Amino acid sequence: MYGSEGSRNMLTVNIRKQLEKYEMNVQFHLKNEILALTGPSGSGKTTLLNCIAGIMQPDEGEISLNGSLFFSDKEKPMKIQKRNVGYLFQDYALFPHFTAEQNILYSLGRGADLSHTNELTKLLGINGLLSKYPHQISGGEKQRVAMARALAAKPDMLLLDEPFSALDDETRDRCHDELSRIHALWKIPIILVTHRKTDAERLADRIIRIVNGQAT
Amino acid sequence: MPYDLSPFYLSLKIASVSTLLVFIASILLARFMCRREFFGKSLIEAIILLPLVLPPTVVGFALIFLFGLNGPIGILLEQWFGFRIVFTWIGAVIASFVVSLPLMYQSTAAAFEKVDARWENVARTLGISEIRIFRTITFPLAWPGIFAGLILSFARGIGEFGATLMIAGYIPGQTETVPLAIYFAYEAGRMEEAAFWVIIISSLGLAIISWLNYWRKKNNVRLGRE
Repeated sequence: MYGSEGSRNMLTVNIRKQLEKYEMNVQFHLKNEILALTGPSGSGKTTLLNCIAGIMQPDEGEISLNGSLFFSDKEKPMKIQKRNVGYLFQDYALFPHFTAEQNILYSLGRGADLSHTNELTKLLGINGLLSKYPHQISGGEKQRVAMARALAAKPDMLLLDEPFSALDDETRDRCHDELSRIHALWKIPIILVTHRKTDAERLADRIIRIVNGQAT
Repeated sequence: MPYDLSPFYLSLKIASVSTLLVFIASILLARFMCRREFFGKSLIEAIILLPLVLPPTVVGFALIFLFGLNGPIGILLEQWFGFRIVFTWIGAVIASFVVSLPLMYQSTAAAFEKVDARWENVARTLGISEIRIFRTITFPLAWPGIFAGLILSFARGIGEFGATLMIAGYIPGQTETVPLAIYFAYEAGRMEEAAFWVIIISSLGLAIISWLNYWRKKNNVRLGRE
């Protein structure tokens, strides 16, 4: 399965960004671990994910993954499309006019080898949902479809923004197990934003708490 | 059929061509304006929307000023191509275009803004090119709003009167659209003919709006919005 070369993945983040109420200042390195970002709402957690994905740009600093420079003061930021970072948005942002299957296969070209996605849908237990539209499936099912969509593109790292916030306790436990299993198989850096201490403690190898833009 | 139907066919032709042009212009304009902030953006938007609040005669006057035989564009077209806009059906298309552009632009810009930026950002993180994102995500999701704008623009084009009369005039068989046919039949005391055209154009308008409402409802159900 994908990720056999994942051990060479290393994310470096050292950025500063002026936000409305405070300055965000974060530095860390991440190997093939799960990092949980915790902290109160509005502390800059999602902004940090957006900077790594390329949706927002820091004011200064550097972001690189596996030697590939995403952002630095001296160069033009790398385009989002080139970063190969999987991003699971809060509420999952599934394309509403596509079925689950079309969502998952969206990043693959015509005639692409589907063995990887077949394995994914099996692993995540979503084979029965493939013909359904996002509004026809539950929150937990959406989460798994969105995860399959992100992983279908074979990302070099995963960003998860509050992936469990809309789930009930039972579904959350199941999704925890799936994430642990995916991480064990893929061996890529994963950053998980959560405001729940239990999510962080159960899943993460490391926890960074961000308060007012500062890692504490 | 008791009356010559050429005004009806001419109105359809003018509204169809104008709607096609308005569609292309609005997509390009709305896409550009929604994605960029620049000095003078509000002024440009105000100019696009101006025909909404101006009397049709003012629009007609401006078009004659530009496209008339002594207007800057009119002179160029005459000199370079031997081509005249005034008193032709193309003049009516231009009048129709100018008055329906604000409606279409507003609908299209609102439809684009309604498309959640997260969908486009997800697609970017999946490595999808901007053109493919527009073709497969932005445009299809904005389509209900764009389509509503198209229908309204078509209806506005069918009903255009004041500016059309000023730039295209009333030449039966050449520039006589349904609204002009109604006015001149009434002026000449041919009330039955005027009533015939009133019934035709009202029925068409009612059919268009009813169908649009039905289509919107059906589309909302399909996307899980209801």
